[in-house]
Amino acid sequence: MKPAPFEYQNPDTLEQALGQLAEYGAEAKLLAGGQSLVPAMNFRVAQPRVLIDLNRLGELDFIKQENQTALLIGAMTRERRLEFDPMVAKWSPLLAEAIPFVAHPQIRNRGTVGGSLAHADPAAELPVIMLALGARYKARRASDERWIAASNFFSGMFSTGLAADEILVEIELPPMPPRTGWSFMEIAPRPGDYALMGVAVLIALDDRAACRQARLVYLNAGDGPLEAKEAARLLEGEMPKEAVIEAAAAFAAEKEINPFGNVHASPDFQRHLARVLTGRAIRRAVQRAREDISQ
Amino acid sequence: MSQLYPVTVTINAQVYQRKVEARLLLSDFLRHELGLTGAHVGCEHGVCGACTILFDGESARSCLMFAVQADGHSLLTVEGLANSPGQLHPLQQAFWEAHGLQCGYCTPGILMTLLPFLERNPHPTELEIRQALSGNLCRCTGYQHIVDAVKLAADKLAAPG
Repeated sequence: MKPAPFEYQNPDTLEQALGQLAEYGAEAKLLAGGQSLVPAMNFRVAQPRVLIDLNRLGELDFIKQENQTALLIGAMTRERRLEFDPMVAKWSPLLAEAIPFVAHPQIRNRGTVGGSLAHADPAAELPVIMLALGARYKARRASDERWIAASNFFSGMFSTGLAADEILVEIELPPMPPRTGWSFMEIAPRPGDYALMGVAVLIALDDRAACRQARLVYLNAGDGPLEAKEAARLLEGEMPKEAVIEAAAAFAAEKEINPFGNVHASPDFQRHLARVLTGRAIRRAVQRAREDISQ
Repeated sequence: MSQLYPVTVTINAQVYQRKVEARLLLSDFLRHELGLTGAHVGCEHGVCGACTILFDGESARSCLMFAVQADGHSLLTVEGLANSPGQLHPLQQAFWEAHGLQCGYCTPGILMTLLPFLERNPHPTELEIRQALSGNLCRCTGYQHIVDAVKLAADKLAAPG
C-alpha cells in the first residue's frame, strides 16, 4: 500500500473532531478534501500517526449570507460548489472568477475551501483571493474560538497561524465596496495546472472615477500569497490611465514580488508574466468598476 | 495486523461490504478487493486522471481517497457505464467509432470525466472539450481523436431516442 499506516478517526460532529484533535495534537493531521494531503501520504512525505477525517461534518458545508454584512462559507464546502453558487457569484465575483482556475473539476469536486487555505500552498488561488477580499477565518478549538484576518493567517510556505489543536471552520467575506471592479488572471501550461504566475486585482473608483483603493495580490510570487502594497499606492488617488497602470504593474513585478522560479519558468520570466498580467487585470478591473458606476 | 474498518458501498447499483485497512486507497480497493479493474492506476498522486470514477455522481480521483471514505456512498465505475455486458454506452460507442483510444489505458478515466461534463454541457465547444480533458493524460493519441470522439458522443447523446 502506498501510504504508511495510521490510526483513523471519523468524527460525526465538530465537537468530536475538536476533542480528538485536543487529544492527539501535533500527531494528528486533519483530512479535508485530501487533494494535497493524500498525494503527500502516497509519497510518504506525510506520515501522520492519526488521521482525523472531517468529511462527515456536514455542519461545516455551507454557503450563507449574514444580513448584508457578510458571506459565510463553511470550511468543508467543496470548491466545486462555489463555482455554481449564485450567492458567491453575486457577493464575490472575484472568487467566482478564480474558482475555475483551481486545478481540474475532478479535484474541485473533492477539494475544500478550508483545506486549500490551511494547506497554504504559495501557488494556490484561494489564499490569494481571500487576502485580496479581506476575508476573516474562524478557528475553533475544544475550549474556545477566535477570528484571524487573512492578512495575519499565512506565515510562510505551507504554514499558517493555526495552532496544533485548532480547526479552521469558517470563512467570512465582507461585502465589496461600491464601484469596485475585479479581475483574476493566471498563466498555466495547461488549464488546471499549477500557474506560473497569477494575480488578483480589486480597483475601487471614487465619484470622479479616480482610483480610490487598489489591491494587487499574487500567487507563486513568494512564500505565500503576496500583496503588492506599494504598487497599489501608485494607483490610489490617480486617474487609471495607461501610464499609471504600466508604472504600477512594473513596480509590482520588479520591486515587490519575489518569485523563486521552477522547472517551467525562471524568476525573470515570472516577473515578465506578472507585469503583463497585472496591466491586463487592472484594465479589466477598471472597466468593470466603470460599468458599476454607469449603472 | 492493523485495525480493520467496515465499508458498505454501492458501486454500479450493487452493494459491497468489506473490512479494510484505513490506508487502503479507494483505487486499490476497487481493483484488488472487488476485482473492478476498469479504474486504472497511473500516477497515484492525482495528476494523470486514469483512476477517475464518479463519487455520488461527480467525477473524482479514486487514488486520492481512502476506501473507508466511500462508506455509505454511491459510486459509478466504467464497468457500470453501459446498461448490460456486451453493450456500449453512447460515449463508449463514440470512442470506438472515432478511434478515441489506442492503448486504452487512459480511456476509463476519460469516459468517467466526460459523463458528468456532457450532462452539464451537452453541446460543448472544442475549447471546452479540451479544457474538460485537461485533467486526463493520454500518451498515445495526441488528443485530436479524443476530441473528435467527444463531439460525436455529444451528437449521439443529444439525438432523440
